[in-house]
Amino acid sequence: MLATRALSLVGKRAISTSICLRGGHGVAKVDDYNPLPDVQFVTELSAVQKSLKEKEKGSWATLSNEEKIALYRISFKQSFAEMNEGTKEWKSVIAGMFFFIGMTGLVVLWQRKFVYGPVPPTFESEWKEKEVQRMLDMRINPVEGFSAKWDYENKEWKK
Amino acid sequence: MSLAKPAMRGLLGKRLRFHLPIAFALSLVAAAAFKYGVTEPRKQAYADFYKQYDATKEFNNMRDAGVFESVRPTGE
Repeated sequence: MLATRALSLVGKRAISTSICLRGGHGVAKVDDYNPLPDVQFVTELSAVQKSLKEKEKGSWATLSNEEKIALYRISFKQSFAEMNEGTKEWKSVIAGMFFFIGMTGLVVLWQRKFVYGPVPPTFESEWKEKEVQRMLDMRINPVEGFSAKWDYENKEWKK
Repeated sequence: MSLAKPAMRGLLGKRLRFHLPIAFALSLVAAAAFKYGVTEPRKQAYADFYKQYDATKEFNNMRDAGVFESVRPTGE
């Protein structure tokens, strides 16, 4: 109802013509997945199917299971199980994810080599050693943290 | 043959009556776990640290290491 309203706004057509455009077998792909389609799936019935449709007008208790399934298949394209089954799309999605993550990795590597300048001197191991020694001298977090793990008597990290 | 009428009312109440006691219980458990897993050991660690703490000795060690600006190491 909302869709036809929207369509009529877009095309400035009367609502009745908008409904005509939506109906019709195979007009929009979306209609294939409609559990309550406007028209039955098989439009031209064979002779067998026509006689089956006549039989349907009588008591349904006389219909065999195969005939019931055949009647269903006349009206509907897929069973609920077929309609609801998942696709294998997730494989493509995962593959795409890995691909683009990989591409990003290559871009990052290139950036590291050609875009970024050198890292500050504070990252050199010599500097870091002096930094750690100064932190221990200052007794940084002596209760539970950094300096608590240093053995000041034996000048080594506690086991 | 015909199905029973499903529950139409009181759904939120039913859900709350089920979930709220559990929520309270779990919150209490979380608080107790944090208290006895984190805060009590921490308080004990601080107590133990300061039981044997000699402030003057630590000060002199730090001073000799040269980290202060107000005092130079002893003997300079």
